[in-house]
Amino acid sequence: MSDVKLAIRSLSKSFATREGVFTALADVSFEVAAGEFVAVVGASGCGKSSLLRLIAGLESPSGGDVLQGGQPVRGPGRDRAMVFQDYSLYPWLTVAQNVAFSRGLSANRGRDRAASAERSNLLLGLMGLARVAGAYPHTLSGGMRQRVAIARALQNEPDVLLMDEPFGALDAQTREVMHELILHVLASERRTIVFVTHDVEEAVYLADRIIVLAPGPGRIDSIWPTELPPSLTRTLELKQAAAFSSLAGRIRARIRETSGLQSDIAALRRLTGVKSPEPRSASERS
Amino acid sequence: MKIRSALQPRRYFAIAVASFLAWTLGWWALAASGWVDPMFLPGPLAVLRRAYLWAVDGDLVVDARISSLRVIAGFLLSAVMAVPLGLLIGAYRPVRAFSEPLLEFARYLPAVAFVPMVLLWVGIGEGSKIALIWIGTFFQMVIMISEDVARVPLPQIEAARTLGATDVELLFRVLLRSALPAIVDTLRITLGWAWTYLVVAELVAANSGLGYAILKAQRFLQTDKIFVGIIVIGLIGLGTDQLMRALHRALFPWAANRA
Repeated sequence: MSDVKLAIRSLSKSFATREGVFTALADVSFEVAAGEFVAVVGASGCGKSSLLRLIAGLESPSGGDVLQGGQPVRGPGRDRAMVFQDYSLYPWLTVAQNVAFSRGLSANRGRDRAASAERSNLLLGLMGLARVAGAYPHTLSGGMRQRVAIARALQNEPDVLLMDEPFGALDAQTREVMHELILHVLASERRTIVFVTHDVEEAVYLADRIIVLAPGPGRIDSIWPTELPPSLTRTLELKQAAAFSSLAGRIRARIRETSGLQSDIAALRRLTGVKSPEPRSASERS
Repeated sequence: MKIRSALQPRRYFAIAVASFLAWTLGWWALAASGWVDPMFLPGPLAVLRRAYLWAVDGDLVVDARISSLRVIAGFLLSAVMAVPLGLLIGAYRPVRAFSEPLLEFARYLPAVAFVPMVLLWVGIGEGSKIALIWIGTFFQMVIMISEDVARVPLPQIEAARTLGATDVELLFRVLLRSALPAIVDTLRITLGWAWTYLVVAELVAANSGLGYAILKAQRFLQTDKIFVGIIVIGLIGLGTDQLMRALHRALFPWAANRA
């Protein structure tokens, strides 16, 4: 297949800890097509962040490979930009300088300077940052800061955009605005995206396909094509649709099952002293 | 008064001035009451008079200048060596593992106890004062700067790596730039310590400078002059500290919310 952008093959990752070897990921395999938006969800400790860091090349696998366009990933590179949850902006640089950060790196020497500058301006406009281009990050809200982080990652025209809970620190309203914005941006900047989140609604709303990881050790539990309208035509009304809530509900239930965290209702009732209503008999009901 | 409640800058200033006046007044009252022998505690007026006399015969400025030059030389020598070394230690774990045992040991060495060795090694010239200031500040400076660099948030580093930054670019464009406000703060704090070691050096081996003047005044029981020397050192320290703070505000407007 020529349109496979990322191929994850039998990927595993373990760490040596004081309690022994901890396996974060065991034998994970999947493929991401060019231009596809894949979301990775799962209970805490399922290794979803480890997976993203391995794809980024920030960590090296204990076994298996990450192939990008057929070539194994050996370390971080400018073709795989990553957006972090927070604290990744450079506070000594203005918004425009943050977006332009990669332009000054030796990796981009020899590129067309005028075109790069034009791209910075385009991204500032596209992300709604033109008005605050000269401001320092500490004066911005969390949502605006994440816009800068995304624009900075896109400046390099990366093959793959990796996003590690990029909206996890934002409030619900800001997150909705960011969802609209990112779909809008992707309409003009079609990229291959791997997006890690703990918010299932967010994953269903944004992604073409959702990978559910199960913990202990981290492995693929199930893969869900969203089968909703193509991501670029989605609007906020979709979140009210029955198909949307049903899919999100089923994925959430699946994550609960894999986490092994079932609440013991009977024990809870005894603790709180709440009497459960007796099941009515068939005769009473009639 | 409530814990951590806000205070208007004008009221802050008023309270600070009142505190200064109260302490000076208390000092004056104690000296004027006659309870304490003026030789043990000269009054503020006597100290002011001595400061005036010392200033008009020209020696005060000469002494203050030579002392300041020694502090600046010793401090700059420490800083020029400590900043690159601290950057490397903060950036690379193996470098930290290699240098930390030595540094942690060295920083507990009593710098003052090195005076005889320093005199033996570099003689009683200007080098001995600079060397003592270096011993007193360098090791602390390296450790503190390496901590400043180690506190740079990991996402700042990793974001640059996924944007294609090389190791050299990470060192100079991310780590050093990000830690710079903290490093300037560290330098400001260690500059105060440099004055302590200067006075020690001048008390032991010098024939000029504020520390030497204090020692000479002791021989003639000129306690008011000792007070002048101490206060002048305090004022120079306060002045440079405020200067460094102003520099910090001017260089790092983006870090203003941290102060």
